[in-house]
Amino acid sequence: MTANAPVTTPAATAAPRRPIKPGRVVMYALLVLAALFFLVPVYLLVATALKSPDAINLSTTWHWPAALNWASFSDAWSKIGGNVLNSLFLAVTATLFSALLGSLNGYALSKWKFRGANTLFALMLFGMFIPYQAVLIPLFQFIKSLGLYGSIWGLILAHVVYGIPITTLIFRNFYADVPDALIEAATIDGAGFWQIYGRVIFPISIPGFVVVIIWQFTQVWNEFLFAATLTNTTSQPVTYALSQLAGGQAVSWNLPMAGAILAALPTLLVYILLGRYFVRGLLAGSVKG
Amino acid sequence: MKGLSKDRLWSIAVLTPSIILIAVFVYGFIARSVYVSMTDWGNDPAQALALNPIIRFTGFANYQDLFTGFLQGRFRQELVSTIFFTLFFILGCLGLGLGLALILDRNPRGEGLWRTIFLFPMSLSFIVTGTIWRWMLQPQGGLNQAPTLFGAPPSTFAWLSSTDAIWKFDWNKLPLLTASVVGLVLVVMAVRAARSGDRTRTLVAGACAALLFLWALLIGPNIKMLPAPELHGFNFALIGIIIAAVWQMSGYTMALYLAGLRGIPEELREAAKVDGANDIGMYQHVIFPLLAPITLSAMIVLGHISLKIFDLVYAMAGPDNINTSVPALNMYLTSFRQNQFALGAAIGTILLILVAFVIVPYLSSQFRTEEGHA
Repeated sequence: MTANAPVTTPAATAAPRRPIKPGRVVMYALLVLAALFFLVPVYLLVATALKSPDAINLSTTWHWPAALNWASFSDAWSKIGGNVLNSLFLAVTATLFSALLGSLNGYALSKWKFRGANTLFALMLFGMFIPYQAVLIPLFQFIKSLGLYGSIWGLILAHVVYGIPITTLIFRNFYADVPDALIEAATIDGAGFWQIYGRVIFPISIPGFVVVIIWQFTQVWNEFLFAATLTNTTSQPVTYALSQLAGGQAVSWNLPMAGAILAALPTLLVYILLGRYFVRGLLAGSVKG
Repeated sequence: MKGLSKDRLWSIAVLTPSIILIAVFVYGFIARSVYVSMTDWGNDPAQALALNPIIRFTGFANYQDLFTGFLQGRFRQELVSTIFFTLFFILGCLGLGLGLALILDRNPRGEGLWRTIFLFPMSLSFIVTGTIWRWMLQPQGGLNQAPTLFGAPPSTFAWLSSTDAIWKFDWNKLPLLTASVVGLVLVVMAVRAARSGDRTRTLVAGACAALLFLWALLIGPNIKMLPAPELHGFNFALIGIIIAAVWQMSGYTMALYLAGLRGIPEELREAAKVDGANDIGMYQHVIFPLLAPITLSAMIVLGHISLKIFDLVYAMAGPDNINTSVPALNMYLTSFRQNQFALGAAIGTILLILVAFVIVPYLSSQFRTEEGHA
């Protein structure tokens, strides 16, 4: 896998000043229509978050606020800011552990194949697809018996364990493209398992780490079920806090909307800045690759 | 012995913690869940939170309760809802995703920007998506107010609160329906096996289909799981949630299809053109067949996401809206609000079985072919 394989073929090479064909017009019209479907919710989100509570009423939903009310964000931050910080700590820690484990697993599974490695790997991958509802009650009991219920560390443990399949998968596919000859040459030079990992594999793993870190960070940040069952008020991540903020009936809508923006910004930024790697993780998740 | 060199031992040592963790957290916990689902833990609320609850083994009583018990009508509606949800969600994502990918494949200007727009919802959590769409689908606001922008009267569709349903069927007919559908699938399998000349397969599939149809004719109609007919169908309240889910996930299918389209060698298209294929013919005979495996992967990934989706529903329609509820949400509420752990474990197990139907054949076929190449 070369790190910079372009996903796009540059359109610029197409002949310039070609006559406008009706087909192209229809194409752009469809694109604009589709973009509207994807962007209109964003418009409403931002418009509502910037309204003052008394300016929000159902019949003026679509209007851009006459006066921008930035206070919604500080209000929302005072309610869920602590949870944002919880999520940050959770996502960063869980992601680092996941990435390290995944890298070692992927290395062992792709470069030191043993009989039954594929079966073992398939059994591992199954863990990626199970509905967590099927393990939730024992997981809850287990975390409780460890004394980790209500602490971020219980949540980190759960995310690291259930992240093993996907991180292993991504690294295994990544290392599959590293020529075996490289490993053989290193073996002949007398390098062992760890030397090869440290001197050959790890240094070229940066793109793999980027994909896994982005992917895991997004997954852990966005997760809800574990957040709702394994934590209590002081340790709740932002997804759960947002659901509580938005679920109440009496709250005016600028607050949950501002909260949604706060909860969405980190992963959105990651996606906008590093979208290509995000997509690569996405494609790896469909097993083929 | 080559297999026992020091390096190999290291590689096994590196894998061991993960293997143990997966064995315990996935397989061990599944086994434990299945066991819990066969007890009466929490059916008596006083026992649920006791320090040392008395747990009795009750076999399949919880499952029987879910499928036939008077109080569990909600679960049965949820099972039907989740099947309809999965169907429309997959269709929506595949349709929109393929359409967008085909357009982007024609190299419009600013392709990167379009792709960014179509994919960004993927990076959000279902809770964020749900919060936004909940506001969009307020009965008197949001989408229903959109027509007023053009001077038309507001629409009045009850997005998340409709109680209307279509395609209703009596729950008592479920065994009959299941038998007929499975029978039909077996007939198709038998016909395909016959065409490829596989005799044993034809016979087995054909015999199973015949047995099922015989059962459906003679015994099926007389089965009464419930004393009275109970109607379930596709609730209109789900439409809004399906739209929001498609909004979030169709970018994923677009990315898959686009990667697939970009992987089709230019020579193949050229060759089709030389052979005199027009645009439509080329798509029909060259491109779409090559995209079929991608469609299958997308269906499997989307299907398993959809069967276990519940945070979106939780955020959009709230936990107590029976018309939009799904088993995954019910499991959470039953276990962690009502403390009926055994019943919750039973729902979780049923979900697992549904997902396993989709995932196990996929994983095993994927790795059988790979093992063959290795």
